[in-house]
Amino acid sequence: MSDHSEAVAAEHVGGTTQTFLYVWVALLVMTGIEVFLAYEQLPTLIMLTALMGLSVIKAALIIAYFMHLKFEKFSLFLTLFPMLVLCILLMMIFMPDSIRSLMMRAQ
Amino acid sequence: MSDAKVAVLDSVWQGGTHPYAINSKKFGMWLFIISDALTFSALLMAYTYLRLSTPDWPKPFIFVPSIIFSSVMTFCLLSSSLTMVMAVHSMNHGNRGATVKWILATMAFGLGFVGLHLTEWLNLINNEHVTPFHNEWGVPLFGGTFFALTGLHMTHVIIGVIYLGIIAFAVGRGKFKYEDVEVSGLYWHFVDLVWMFIFPLVYLMSARL
Repeated sequence: MSDHSEAVAAEHVGGTTQTFLYVWVALLVMTGIEVFLAYEQLPTLIMLTALMGLSVIKAALIIAYFMHLKFEKFSLFLTLFPMLVLCILLMMIFMPDSIRSLMMRAQ
Repeated sequence: MSDAKVAVLDSVWQGGTHPYAINSKKFGMWLFIISDALTFSALLMAYTYLRLSTPDWPKPFIFVPSIIFSSVMTFCLLSSSLTMVMAVHSMNHGNRGATVKWILATMAFGLGFVGLHLTEWLNLINNEHVTPFHNEWGVPLFGGTFFALTGLHMTHVIIGVIYLGIIAFAVGRGKFKYEDVEVSGLYWHFVDLVWMFIFPLVYLMSARL
């Protein structure tokens, strides 16, 4: 049994030091772009969309490579993914309401 | 075991003995992470909702020190994730000495994050007079949501540093296996992941131009 678990561990190397370094650099570059965007005079909603887009890419990189999910069985991904769908749906329900409330205050 | 039986168990949805091909500790941590992610997304949504719906939302984060500090904090957490990956990598190759060193580096970055964050908090509290219930801009909810969100995150970082300290101590004494280091790594990367949303939503969206 212990031989079996050692073998499973060895299979799960998933990614080399070089891959991890590339991911780290990519994450730092995207953070730099975010800080740059913060000082561009963009409308709030466009900036929010751009920042969230970059953050989702960063999160995906962290989950896939650092948290190793890319190298796990697909069934694990399928089990975890519905949570993200739920979050996105909740966000799509709540966020338009905040704009509506802003418009009502502005009147 | 006969070949036919193996073929049935190979199918993920047939109730095979290892439907996810991971150990139960790791699966438990993943389940904790998704429930914790929902907690954080509730707080992030509350903050963003108020941020968008309030016309005169305060922008207290000046470039020096707030934005510089939070950028360096982001760098600390991203780099700590890299050192944590290296710790898991070393443990996978059976190198316990290197594992302990990488985990200690991760803890150092984590403590650096907490130190900078507390300095940043004290700057807001002392110089900008922000508390959870009052501030000078007439939007008390700013303090409430800001301290709740970043406070919960900082608590996670502090718990993570203690968790990693226990893992490093045990690994150094020849206890614990590869899985235990990997599971602690999952937790640490999750804390990093949450900050990837707090940093732009809270700091960058309210940077004082």
